Amino acid sequence: MFRFQAFHMYGIIGTAVVLGVIGVALIKRYNIRDFYGNAIQFQPKEKGLVRYLVGGSIFGLGWALSGACPGPIVVNIGYGFFAMIIVFVFANVGTFLYGYFKDRLPH
Amino acid sequence: MFFLLYFGQSFGFSSNLRTICAAAGLGKKVSFFDFDWKSKIWNLVFLVGAIIGGFVAHQFLTEPGAAVQISPATIEDLGKLGIGAPTSLQPDELFGWDAVFSLKGFLVLAVSGLLIGFGTRYAAGCTSGHAISGLSNLQWPSFIAVIGFFIGGLIMTFLILPLIL
Repeated sequence: MFRFQAFHMYGIIGTAVVLGVIGVALIKRYNIRDFYGNAIQFQPKEKGLVRYLVGGSIFGLGWALSGACPGPIVVNIGYGFFAMIIVFVFANVGTFLYGYFKDRLPH
Repeated sequence: MFFLLYFGQSFGFSSNLRTICAAAGLGKKVSFFDFDWKSKIWNLVFLVGAIIGGFVAHQFLTEPGAAVQISPATIEDLGKLGIGAPTSLQPDELFGWDAVFSLKGFLVLAVSGLLIGFGTRYAAGCTSGHAISGLSNLQWPSFIAVIGFFIGGLIMTFLILPLIL
């Protein structure tokens, strides 16, 4: 994926982002409502730098090592790659560790 | 993402990991998991759907012997690292039973999980929440997060994996 030798990763994410930006802009522009008739709301992300850069890099390391981000981990389990169960279990452990050490980390 | 927005939710998968920890009762030990996780059940349903999707893809949509389509250049690069050409979706060297039952193979899987779980919560999102949803909403923090994702991914791919494999 990270060798950029095939359309696969950068192409899928790139296409999704382009469509996403256009779609979200249209939703905002025309105040498109959801299924229940409510206004579609977008939550702004909390401000920060270190958490996004460092947290993102840590996730990126895991992403390239396993070849999957959280969604694909479970898709792979459904597909039959049960080794991904190990990845999934430890992803939850990693999440717990973050929660435990959160207040000691720079954000 | 648009389907989820249409039904009043949002697209962000890694928060499921936090929900699972909360549902497991870890909110009693760590305040980060002390929240109304039941309001996030819709996302757990999405997770189950993803598992079912993987199953359906394998059972009904995959031809026997079909391998993931990667470029010849990638096959060559992976070959130098000791990974054979694709025979299915994932390389057996990392995800086969031999790997699972070997110490090194198990550690690779476990450590990748730890990095994913820790990193996604620290960054408050993964590729769905930041790269797709966040960038679609033109969020600056998401752009920084995505830069982080690629820094980590490139370091692993070009510096660390060659050492491990």
